[in-house]
Amino acid sequence: MEKLIEQFSFGLFFWQLLLLIILLLVLRKVAWKPILNAIEERESGIKDALEAAENAKKEMQNVTADSERLLQEARIERESMIKEAREMKEKIVADAKELAQVEADNMINQAKTAIEGEKKAAVADIKNQVATLSLEIAEKVIKEQFSDTGKQLKLVEEMVSDIKLN
Amino acid sequence: MQKPFYVKILLVATLLLGFNAFAQDKDNQSVDEKGSVKAEIKEFIAHHLLDSHHFTLFTIDEENNEHFGFPLPVILWDNGLKVFSSSKLDHGQAVAEVDGEHYALYHGKIVKTDAQGTINYDAEGHATNVKPLDFSITKNVVFIILVSLLLIFMFSRMAKTYKGNNIPKGIGRALEPIILYIRDDIAIPNIGEKHYRKYMGYLLTVFFFIWIINLLGLSPLGVNVTNNIAVTFCLAIFTFFITAFTANKNYWKHIFWMPGVPVFMKVVLAPIELLGTLIKPFSLMIRLYANITAGHLILMSILGMMFIFKSWMGSSMSFVLASALSFLELLVAALQAYIFTMLSALYFGMAVEEPEDH
Repeated sequence: MEKLIEQFSFGLFFWQLLLLIILLLVLRKVAWKPILNAIEERESGIKDALEAAENAKKEMQNVTADSERLLQEARIERESMIKEAREMKEKIVADAKELAQVEADNMINQAKTAIEGEKKAAVADIKNQVATLSLEIAEKVIKEQFSDTGKQLKLVEEMVSDIKLN
Repeated sequence: MQKPFYVKILLVATLLLGFNAFAQDKDNQSVDEKGSVKAEIKEFIAHHLLDSHHFTLFTIDEENNEHFGFPLPVILWDNGLKVFSSSKLDHGQAVAEVDGEHYALYHGKIVKTDAQGTINYDAEGHATNVKPLDFSITKNVVFIILVSLLLIFMFSRMAKTYKGNNIPKGIGRALEPIILYIRDDIAIPNIGEKHYRKYMGYLLTVFFFIWIINLLGLSPLGVNVTNNIAVTFCLAIFTFFITAFTANKNYWKHIFWMPGVPVFMKVVLAPIELLGTLIKPFSLMIRLYANITAGHLILMSILGMMFIFKSWMGSSMSFVLASALSFLELLVAALQAYIFTMLSALYFGMAVEEPEDH
């Protein structure tokens, strides 16, 4: 202990004190502050980045869920649209069929009426022609029969005999 | 072309190692007798452990007082500032005359003498010469300055690489984990999330200062600064004052008026606790000083054994031992820095502890 105290050099203590104070102040300013700040900044940066990544992941999940939902909705909508379209198509086809039926029926009726008319006209025509022809034939037959006077007299006689004087 | 950093370090180390080996070789040749070798080794170790006014790299010839190195400025306060080169003292062989006063070296200390350099002794054999206040830039001071500059250079460069993207480059990649370790495993657990920031500067500075200066002490230059009680005293007093000045009410209450114990005990505990605040930094001072001194003493003793044994067995044995011990000392260099920082953080943690913390 005595030797230690004897060894104690005040000059060395003085220089060490002075230099340590200078060293502390200088290092604090030029080294420790910027280094620790940079490390802390980097650490908080990493923390933020991790949080951001986590958030992005969550958001991504949300987006995926959203798009899934949208897709589902779109699918349902598409299905309903297809269904609607099919129904509409069927309705249109049915309507068209009905309309066509009515039209056809009308046309058929008209045709029938026309045919009937034609037929009646034709029949009447035929009747007229038959009558005319008959008359002509009859005329010719009569003419033929009455060309002979004997026959004419006979007929008269017959007719006279038929007539009963009542 | 810039060589990698480690290549530069290796080059310098090899160069210095060469010097040292050369110096030891010379020592070996100059002494023949075993007894005088022992005495010389003892003296060499004692000399090595002390501070010096001359930056001696190695001794060429002890008897003719030839040393390789460079002189350092001597600054004395003796009725005014006296500044002169340590070459005037010539390793204690000459008396320096400055402004009509005479100074000489006595056991590594500068004392005031007469023109002949007479040392007066008292009854117990201690020198009674006046010792002026010595503010010399000694070998240790040079090393403290060098390490300070190295630290400032290293860490300011490291800080610059953070600009822009906050990612370290170069030496910062190796140093950042240490800084993070000090922050996350020393400062935050001991001091707490809330207050740790204001102590970080001191903890980091002290850790790297002690570590680097211990490492350089192990280099062949062998300037071990932390085996000076003045240096460790200075470091410990810093921890003490920082603890005392940043302590909160709770800390002082626990020292002077311990809550939760009977009044009688409070009175008894107060001086014990007060003494404890002094013992804590005192233990820091002694621990660092004793560990480094002991390490160097043993290492140099084992190295010295090579010259005492002078047989291939003993010498190679002590070579192996010294190598193993060197590795151990590398660990101790870091360990002592860690312990000093750790305990400082622990004391700071006590100083800022909140009442609800326990």
